[in-house]
Amino acid sequence: MKKKVSIKTILMYVLLSLAALTFIYPFLWMIGASLAPLHEVGTMTLFPSHPTLSNFAMMFDKIPIGRSLINSLLVAVFTTSLVMITGSTVGYALAKMQFKGRQFIFYVIVFTMSLPFQVTLIPNYITMVNLKLVDTFIVLVIPFAVSAFAVLMFRQAFQGLPQALIDAARIDGCNELEIIFRILWPNIKPTLVTVAILSFIGSWNEVLWPLIVVRNEQLMTMPQLVTLFAVGGRADSQLGVKVAAAVLLALPVMIAFMFFQKHFIQSMASTGLKD
Amino acid sequence: MVLQEDIEIINRKASKKSPTGRFRGLLPYLLVSPYIIFVSVFVVFPVLFCFYLTFHKWNIISPMKFIGFANYSRLFHDHLFWLAIGNTLKFLLLHIPLQLVVSLFLAYLLNHKLKGIAFFRASFFMPVIVSGVVVTILWQQLLGFDFGLINRMLQPFGIKKIGWLVDPDIAIYSIAVMATWKNVGLYVILFLVGLQTVPPQYYEAAKMEGATQWQQFWHITLPMINTTIFMVVILSTIGGFSLFIEPYIMTGGGPLNTTLSAVLYIYKQAFQYYNMGYSATLGFFYAFMIMTVVIVQKKLIEKEV
Repeated sequence: MKKKVSIKTILMYVLLSLAALTFIYPFLWMIGASLAPLHEVGTMTLFPSHPTLSNFAMMFDKIPIGRSLINSLLVAVFTTSLVMITGSTVGYALAKMQFKGRQFIFYVIVFTMSLPFQVTLIPNYITMVNLKLVDTFIVLVIPFAVSAFAVLMFRQAFQGLPQALIDAARIDGCNELEIIFRILWPNIKPTLVTVAILSFIGSWNEVLWPLIVVRNEQLMTMPQLVTLFAVGGRADSQLGVKVAAAVLLALPVMIAFMFFQKHFIQSMASTGLKD
Repeated sequence: MVLQEDIEIINRKASKKSPTGRFRGLLPYLLVSPYIIFVSVFVVFPVLFCFYLTFHKWNIISPMKFIGFANYSRLFHDHLFWLAIGNTLKFLLLHIPLQLVVSLFLAYLLNHKLKGIAFFRASFFMPVIVSGVVVTILWQQLLGFDFGLINRMLQPFGIKKIGWLVDPDIAIYSIAVMATWKNVGLYVILFLVGLQTVPPQYYEAAKMEGATQWQQFWHITLPMINTTIFMVVILSTIGGFSLFIEPYIMTGGGPLNTTLSAVLYIYKQAFQYYNMGYSATLGFFYAFMIMTVVIVQKKLIEKEV
């Protein structure tokens, strides 16, 4: 009996390792290839014989990738901050205040979450054209500044907190904003982390919207610039440069993931629990 | 009761602190105002405007021209649009079952108390968090015809080079496999959460009755996690319908438009050909279609459960 169990365990490990290899090998290859000299990029080796940074140097030379890295960071930080602030105030009102139309707003939020983005894409572009916001920094942030998902997450978190906490704060003379951000926030840390991670990743990886509303290379986000670079002519036949761009795009997220992987996975699991 | 009254008195006292009593009544609306403004500008107005656009011809630069239902009749005769819908459905036909089976299998493996399980869980999850652009560039190399890693790996086994992305019969399915590779980690986690809710006593009881592993899986595990299964089906349907960046980067919709997805076609109509009215019509129709499919799925599921 005991022997049978150990065979099963070995089989498990073999299967798990094979699966893990399938998911990790391409990334390792990508990092290896980005460091390889041109003639070696196309091979399967993980470790180039003469590691070099020439691919990266060439990339920095050809496209404003450093600039786009900063753009992406700024956009993601601003979007995330706004999502957390608006999500909290709206979620708080829905969870802890009585007012006319509260239920209606809640239904609207649930409905907008299930509305496919294809309907709003073109009109939103046109709105941006009319507001003269195309090719500005704001246009990358504003349409994502309020997230229905974040509102629902905060609403749920605030509902779980006792009313006494709010009443006590009020007696102490806190106004509503102080209650939300100074009294309640420290009590819902898991929700804060989840919302922050999800909106940061969402913003960092967003590519369709920037492709539509930004044409000025100096304002482009990194995924957008890398996409145009990979699709357009400037990268063709220069595989190494293309791979280097992909590495630079993936690395920040991958490093963050290594540090916070538990939070990441829990956050993502909660996206499936909506609805 | 006494407490309730106390709180009310306190509230009244507190409200005196704020400038006016009227302000208190407005406060909730003030707090939800970001959402109300947002929804008006980015949801309500766009939906109405999109509907309005469907009756017009417009290239953004010259004035709009009312053309009645011409966009709609064009849509029904646009073989490229229906081809794109067909491509998207082909994609879903492989993507959804593959995603379901692979993620359930991996979650089943992960649901054992083994050393180092956290590492495996994290490795499956890696592609989920990385940008689709990265994954696409990566797979372009894996699936290349002459120098692609997969073709090279198959070479020693005597398998001829396969045109993963250039063969019109295969390309869309290659993209479906790639999309599965990217997203499966998320669904693994969802299934893992589902599997862990199954009470262990059930398995113990089944073992006592002499049930095999397979029987346990089929008669206990599957029925217990059916809500997760349905959730995965719905989420991957919605995700699959918005297929865009993968064909946009990898194939541009080719070969012979076989990987032209519906969203890619809508995008091209608007931002390559500047047919705003027509593209809006396609978007409107497509969104309507997706919502219908999801509602039908939900209805079927509710019937089943």
